[in-house]
Amino acid sequence: MASAQHMPRRAAVPSATTLRAIKCLLFVACAVPLAHLAWAAWQDDLGANPIEAITRGLGTWTLNFLLITLTVTPLRKLTGLDWLVRLRRMLGLYTFFYACLHLMTYVWLDQFFDWSAIVHDIAKRPFITVGFAAWLLLLPLAVTSTNAMMRWLGGRRWQRLHRSVYAIGVLAVLHYWWLVKKDVTLPLVYALVLALLLALRAVRRRAPPPASGKLAARPAATFVKPAPDQA
Amino acid sequence: MNTRIADRIPATEITPRPLYESRRDFLRVASLGCIAAGIGALAPGAAWAAQKFANLAHSPYSTDEKPTPYKDVTTYNNFYEFGTDKRDPAHNAQALRVQPWTVTLDGLVARPRTLDLDALLRLAPLEERIYRMRCVEGWSMVVPWLGIPLAALLKQVEPLGNAKYIEFQSLHDTAQMPETRSRVLDWPYTEGLRLDEAMHPLSLIALGLYGEQLPRQNGAPLRLVVPWKYGFKGAKSIVRIRFVERQPDTSWMRAGPSEYGFYSNVNPSVDHPRWSQATERRLGEFLKRKTLMFNGYGEQVAGLYTGMDLRRNF
Repeated sequence: MASAQHMPRRAAVPSATTLRAIKCLLFVACAVPLAHLAWAAWQDDLGANPIEAITRGLGTWTLNFLLITLTVTPLRKLTGLDWLVRLRRMLGLYTFFYACLHLMTYVWLDQFFDWSAIVHDIAKRPFITVGFAAWLLLLPLAVTSTNAMMRWLGGRRWQRLHRSVYAIGVLAVLHYWWLVKKDVTLPLVYALVLALLLALRAVRRRAPPPASGKLAARPAATFVKPAPDQA
Repeated sequence: MNTRIADRIPATEITPRPLYESRRDFLRVASLGCIAAGIGALAPGAAWAAQKFANLAHSPYSTDEKPTPYKDVTTYNNFYEFGTDKRDPAHNAQALRVQPWTVTLDGLVARPRTLDLDALLRLAPLEERIYRMRCVEGWSMVVPWLGIPLAALLKQVEPLGNAKYIEFQSLHDTAQMPETRSRVLDWPYTEGLRLDEAMHPLSLIALGLYGEQLPRQNGAPLRLVVPWKYGFKGAKSIVRIRFVERQPDTSWMRAGPSEYGFYSNVNPSVDHPRWSQATERRLGEFLKRKTLMFNGYGEQVAGLYTGMDLRRNF
């Protein structure tokens, strides 16, 4: 069954030009939420509390991009479209980009560089603690996202490091959950999506090994093996 | 009845009243010389004409701070019966029927009463009170309310000696408030005050804002305003006011006993367990400002809490 699936997979690989076009499109699409927020701010269309709207908007999109990034692998497995993994780095970096903007709105717009208040907040407010921890954990992932870093670390170590994205997902959802006053409907939706994405991975890992023995012993190794030509 | 009002109040001192949809009321407004300003262009779904009122009694309790723009006051609302997003009430509350409306005062009183809006408006001259409003979430606004002192209403029913607390109940009508099918809070929305807090001259029953009838998203037709407490103490669309002996359990206390206490006085030194209450963002301002004890009304209300540990009685 595995080999039967592999045949059409290879056939579905887009050409280098097509892939470049897809990446360009994706790059622009990922910037749309930010452009939309900026436009709304410019038009004074963010409601009575624009600073809150910007902070929340950027936080929501950080979480969206995180979940979208986590969708790549299960989607790839389900559809057989292996080339999807070529889009993952950009999605991950956009997650980091939105996370940085989100953190910046907190430091600048919300606290106005009151460092002692910020340190105090991080230490004392669990929702800020976990949010900040999630951002800290994103840092090494962003730093090691280049091809050179992947080669330097080696596939397996790189992969082990990048599995921390699962923890980041949990922290990010907690950050949202603990911040809402009472109505946890939306955080619950995010939690369920995250749970589904993580569960799909767990099921994969436990699934009976495919034909090739060596790889099957470490299915995770093929899971996120970095392709050297990723750009 | 109409003549009686006209007789009692000299034309020069008329405190115009927010009047409700009936033609009779509209004629009365016209005859009292108030200015009917037509449809309030900014009010979403302003199908019921928003009347503007002139010559409002200026209150010494008003702040001279700049009021938050009408648009912000009426589009940034916490009114969970109409949704939990602050933009929801402005959209979802417009179908609320506010006329006819009655409010029942009962419990430990000698003369329980049910008052309609006309009766309510006859109790005291409508005053403009420009109050600061500090939300527990860390933002604040300045609202030019129109209303009558809560005390004027409470005095109508002759409280009994054992009445120590007042419980306020908001309308709970799932047909008009579909969002209340979710159990995000215990409905009906319930709030409470100690009797002396309720009788304090700052405690207001608001019937309007910005010289107009109270918009539905702000708690039409009548709501409570207690400016030294966090905004959620101000129950909206009130249908029942009960005099009780024991401290009532409020909706927010039931929702989060460790986060929301009965008193909920604005207090910069007692944090919400999850966030700081030391500062606030005044809507329209870029930098946060320091939150004041009792929201800046300490001079008037601190005496109510002499000897109390406000950290425990948060």
